[in-house]
Amino acid sequence: MSEKIYLYPRWIRLWHALNAILIILLIITGVSMQYSNPENPFIRFDLAVRMHNLSGMILTVNYFFFLIGSFITPNGKYYKLSIEGLPARLMKQFTYYTFGIFKHEQPPFPVTRESKFNPLQQFTYVIAMFMLVPVVILTGWALLYPEVVLTKFFSGSGIKINDFIHVIIGFFVSFFMFVHIYFCTIGATFVSNFKSMITGFHESH
Amino acid sequence: MTHFFTRFTRTLPVHLIIAVLIVLLTSFSIKAQTDRNAENAKFNEKCLKCHGQSKYQYINSETGAGVTKRMYLETIINRDQFAESNHKNFKCTDCHSEDYDTFPHPGRLRMESKYACIDCHGGDEKYAKFNFEKIETEFQESVHSTKHSQDFNCWMCHNPHTYKINARSEEKIRDIVAYDNAICLNCHADITKYQMLTDKVNPNIIKEHEWLPNQALHFKNVRCIECHARPNDSILVAHNIQPKEKAVRRCVECHSTNSILMATLYKYKVKEGRSKAGFYNGVIMNEGYVIGANRNYYLGLLSLIMFGCVAAGILIHASLRIIKRKK
Repeated sequence: MSEKIYLYPRWIRLWHALNAILIILLIITGVSMQYSNPENPFIRFDLAVRMHNLSGMILTVNYFFFLIGSFITPNGKYYKLSIEGLPARLMKQFTYYTFGIFKHEQPPFPVTRESKFNPLQQFTYVIAMFMLVPVVILTGWALLYPEVVLTKFFSGSGIKINDFIHVIIGFFVSFFMFVHIYFCTIGATFVSNFKSMITGFHESH
Repeated sequence: MTHFFTRFTRTLPVHLIIAVLIVLLTSFSIKAQTDRNAENAKFNEKCLKCHGQSKYQYINSETGAGVTKRMYLETIINRDQFAESNHKNFKCTDCHSEDYDTFPHPGRLRMESKYACIDCHGGDEKYAKFNFEKIETEFQESVHSTKHSQDFNCWMCHNPHTYKINARSEEKIRDIVAYDNAICLNCHADITKYQMLTDKVNPNIIKEHEWLPNQALHFKNVRCIECHARPNDSILVAHNIQPKEKAVRRCVECHSTNSILMATLYKYKVKEGRSKAGFYNGVIMNEGYVIGANRNYYLGLLSLIMFGCVAAGILIHASLRIIKRKK
């Protein structure tokens, strides 16, 4: 019999849903612009630019919403990464995903009210939310206003460095999204984690 | 070794003499040219004494009194701009009648026919690479010529007293863009000049381009002719200005690996061969950034491989989960 814990309050579900839509839009429009081709336009260029810019702006606001929310609610504690014994914990979770899961072993770090994420999740979420996303947001705004930001700090030549960073980090965010969505299917059932995003209740194995 | 030495000593004086002669001839010809330029500049000073400023003075021969008059705007030559222009080394009377030497200038000189670019630059070996004949043909086909016929000539855009070619210099693309766009705006942003050739009201450029995303950025970094003239491979700068309906409106014409900017704005630099390995349109990377046109081949390849690995990993994991699922 599976157990249900209320883990995802309404504000997190709202933030997460909006974040998911925006990041998917940003990936699609970003790839379309990066590989724009007159013969085979994926999304019309000007449309892709406008959608990408608008999504990026809303994502920024949403990111601050997440930061403030995590600061004023207990949600922030889930992102406090304890370095001590981290490699061993990461390895344990990794071994579970690569071997244990196929042998139907119990997850080494079951979801509880105190620990929402397993070590691998916590580690990648910290990297994504506190390293990749801020960099991609900053470089994105710099590309929106190259006159103001880039020429000031890099005397004009910074635009290509900035673009390079934006594109590379964008690729990593995309990889994260693919794996993140796939890992969502690893739950009590194939769809239980997707249901949790709506109901707020986490269903354990 | 001995043979080489004998040959070397035998041929050395001849080579030395030729080399010395070349150096001497070159320095003489440079000196002669410099002297001639200085002489021309001195000669031009006679004209610029009046035409180089906004007012001129003369003695009225009837009354003997000194008179100060305002110079007509069109006949004022900006000394600084002339000194930097392509024609800086010419004497005024190389192009204008020598009769201008007298003051007051004879009235019939007003009827003097003026040279067009092709009169000097056409059919000349020295200018063959610029293909002035082709430029002339392209101009004849442009809206400037077809809509305004004889009224519109080269001087409308290329003031012979100030025009300088800057695309070949080391100036930044942005400066070239500003200089070239100022030529268009000279009439298209000035109702009085615009209406010299038409009765129409000059369209508001900002409003007409409202559809263009990041308008200010485009205006600062791209020349008007990039979208408004049809590129031609045989000339460096396109002169076939198209009617507004035919202007480039599709973003991907520039924002793609086959960017037309490589055939227009960056053409000269492309010809110089300044591209970087691994980058599509590397020339643009030197000074600008055009989404979709600047790509790195290796980054593209690496990202594809990584996307492939992620997809394969997910596929293998998902398949194993299905195979090993509880029965």
